[in-house]
Amino acid sequence: MTKKPVFPSENTETRPDVWQDLRALTRARIGLGRSGNAQRTSDVLTFQAAHAQARDAVHTPLDVQAMLAQMNGMPCLCVRSRADDRPTYLRRPDLGRRLAPESLSFLQKGEWDVVFVAADGLSSVATQKGAIPLFRAMLPRLKDWRIAPLVIATQGRVALGDEIASALGARMVVMMIGERPGLSVADSMGVYLTYAPYVGCPDSARNCLSNIHPHGLPTSGAADKLAWLMKEAMRMQLTGVGLKDAAPDCTSSDTLSESSLPAIVKDQHV
Amino acid sequence: MDTQDKAAFVPFASMTVGDLRNWLLSDDATPAALRAAAPGFTPEMAAAVSKIMRNQDLMSAARKMRVVTRFRNTIGLEGCLASRLQPNHPTDDLKGIAASTLDGLLYGMGDAVIGINPATDSVANGLALLDMLDHARCRYDIPTQTCVLTHVTNTLEIMNKGGAVDLVFQSIAGTQKANEGFGVTLEILKEAHEAALSLKRGTVGDNVMYFETGQGAALSAEAHHGLDQQTVETRAYAVARAFRPLLVNTVVGFIGPEYLYDGKQIIRAGLEDHFCAKLLGVPMGCDACYTNHAEADQDDMDNLMVLLGAAGITFLIGVPGADDIMLNYQSLSFHDILTLRSMLNLRPAPEFAAWLEQMGLFEPQSGRMLELAPHQTRLAQLVG
Repeated sequence: MTKKPVFPSENTETRPDVWQDLRALTRARIGLGRSGNAQRTSDVLTFQAAHAQARDAVHTPLDVQAMLAQMNGMPCLCVRSRADDRPTYLRRPDLGRRLAPESLSFLQKGEWDVVFVAADGLSSVATQKGAIPLFRAMLPRLKDWRIAPLVIATQGRVALGDEIASALGARMVVMMIGERPGLSVADSMGVYLTYAPYVGCPDSARNCLSNIHPHGLPTSGAADKLAWLMKEAMRMQLTGVGLKDAAPDCTSSDTLSESSLPAIVKDQHV
Repeated sequence: MDTQDKAAFVPFASMTVGDLRNWLLSDDATPAALRAAAPGFTPEMAAAVSKIMRNQDLMSAARKMRVVTRFRNTIGLEGCLASRLQPNHPTDDLKGIAASTLDGLLYGMGDAVIGINPATDSVANGLALLDMLDHARCRYDIPTQTCVLTHVTNTLEIMNKGGAVDLVFQSIAGTQKANEGFGVTLEILKEAHEAALSLKRGTVGDNVMYFETGQGAALSAEAHHGLDQQTVETRAYAVARAFRPLLVNTVVGFIGPEYLYDGKQIIRAGLEDHFCAKLLGVPMGCDACYTNHAEADQDDMDNLMVLLGAAGITFLIGVPGADDIMLNYQSLSFHDILTLRSMLNLRPAPEFAAWLEQMGLFEPQSGRMLELAPHQTRLAQLVG
């Protein structure tokens, strides 16, 4: 007996989607259906598009000129790390934590309470979109503070801010940096606050606000939390675990090396 | 830490590393001979010989080394490929996790373990997640084990509170300092091992430990003492074998491109880790995975899974659609593991396959998983 061929459009595409209710419970890619054992074409292409977007977020260079234009004439300093290009940056986290010699010699010591640094990190898209709006939102919240010119850093990791702050003579540093992109969110920014930073300063001395993007923590919410942390850091003269423990629940922050991290060491080399 | 059996080492004592490679690939190295030799090898020997083995050598030698372990089913038999069902959720939502678990079971996943990486690593949360998994397992009488991959000290406390702990999980590394970085000592592992054994929850065996490892873990903790990352990784397997684990897996591409830069390095490392672990008698599985800042994609994972399948890997990890929405990285999808089982004619663990058949999900003659919607199965009620 010969069977009539059944085409996917007949046996799957028109079937009522019984997974719809279950998908409301999780963003996981459940109930995808199959062609034989394989994923269906639309799901394969959707996945590949999301991956391409995440890859672009990692590899697109930070558009420094556009950021300067966004600053609209406010003073800015542009620096870069010792990692000359993206492949080097990805292979050598240590180079991304140190300033290039010419950038270091260009920074002059002053007397500042804080310096804000906008660094590309692992998602330039996140920094491009999120850093300057957050910096602007902080200004009215820090009226009496001596705030150094914004520093825009390329091929930077979190610890690059330590050397910048030391060179500028700032008491604390706020590092605004693109987080490692996932498939669903490619433009998430993290903020790391460090009091009295120095080169080689441990990650446990930092406080972190993560997941800052339009569908996560919004700019104004991040600015409120950051302002609280900064004022307390100034009062207690510390950041890290000591400050985290003092934070009220609504101001939840994490230190970079907290044990809420899953199974194996999650990316701590932002 | 020195778990070497000196007597088993005697036949190899005068060999060069090159001689050892020749022996491993020779017909003299039968599965029985390899099993007898395993306790005599040290991790440094395994790592050294792996460095002069090509990918095909790593595969053909590993293929001869089956390591069989048991808890509620039998893992590691010839012709079988088990899988860990990983239903993670960014806020540990119980129904969200149940929905992903249901999805995976319909693909025949979860015979190695149904294992959650919790977003919140606390005792209370671990208890809640374990309770949900245990109820689901008991309700459908699934011959498998469940696990919340929380820190060993949390698991100890959960056991003290009467939680439903099948397996004790811990990430381990190859130096004392790196393990201290994970907050682990051999004493704590021993205490947890004994506590889990005393619960006697296994039905067909008493392998109660589950470990994860991965090249780069020691270096990222600056605890590698100048050792290369593969040798230090292999040293973790000697820690593992002392506890007769049910499962061990390398999370091969997870730690990032500063350790394994691209698909080629991830594939090589996956084959090395599997070979070295099996040589030491460890039941090795793999999370074939990559992050978005590594030069890798799903094609590389396809390659790796087929190579590992041919090498006789004990189990692979599957997540819905290959996208882990909690840990933000990509692994294998349930579809991928199903495809691999079908291409290489591999079956789930026998007890689990029998259960799938009983549930009307599996055709034992063809080895095919049937495509059924949740409401066409009894499992539909799994998501309360």
